[in-house]
Amino acid sequence: MSTWLRNRPGPALSLCALALLLAAGALTFFWVPIDADQGFSQKIFYLHVPIALTSYACFGWGAWKALRLLWKGESRYDLESYTAIHIGVMFALMTLVTGSIWGKISWGVWWSWGERQLVVFLILTLFYCAYFMLRYSIEAGPRRERTSAVYALFGVVLIPISFLAIRILGTILHPAVFTREGPQMSGSMFFTFLVSLAGMVALAFALYQTELAGKRLDVRLRELRRVLAS
Amino acid sequence: MTTAEKYVTAAYAVFLAVLLLYIVIYSFRIARLQREVAELAELAASRAEGEARQEAERARVG
Repeated sequence: MSTWLRNRPGPALSLCALALLLAAGALTFFWVPIDADQGFSQKIFYLHVPIALTSYACFGWGAWKALRLLWKGESRYDLESYTAIHIGVMFALMTLVTGSIWGKISWGVWWSWGERQLVVFLILTLFYCAYFMLRYSIEAGPRRERTSAVYALFGVVLIPISFLAIRILGTILHPAVFTREGPQMSGSMFFTFLVSLAGMVALAFALYQTELAGKRLDVRLRELRRVLAS
Repeated sequence: MTTAEKYVTAAYAVFLAVLLLYIVIYSFRIARLQREVAELAELAASRAEGEARQEAERARVG
């Protein structure tokens, strides 16, 4: 079993993500109590927050790979960093959409420019969207790899700012659930949140493995085409 | 269905829709990769055939 898992990280992670996300869905809708303050709409929390934290993890992973590229100079880290950022942007966009839906039901508006956390997260997302424009404006090669890596490292600075924005600067509407006193929720809510977070992280890594395998295959096919054409 | 239930359903639907869209895009990518592999296999086969013909020609002349 362990050999099977080691040889197939993609399918194993996908199965793990599926099991965890199904469990999280069941816990969210059939087990965890309805929040006394926000009512049924609070159930978006178990989707929105894990997606947001997973996007931070992906950007952090992308930055780590970028650092490895600049440090070791190995080209393979470029593809890994790019793939992590690609998945991170997907999760960041989902965060904005699910957050907007939650905002509409809780605050009565789809978006509030007065909320620092929202604005900082939007800047973070746009910053990483611009990563693709930068990447494809430079010809493939070591220069593109280094420039993309430096850009990915700059972006990671925005993650703690985004996370700490509501804690440092204060907030009008956006709640801060995780404070210095710990998570401000009941044990069952926190457990459901953790299962959902584990499912989202497993899903992100499954997508990362799949996307990376596809991108590597693309590169190998291009090399093969060049060899056969010569 | 209450308004809150509709919005929660919408949020989960967005998540599922994004995942499904990713699968659709990836299936197109797999189809393209299969096409490229088939083209390269054809190219390699015709190259091997050409080389074998040249070899036979050389053997006949020699």
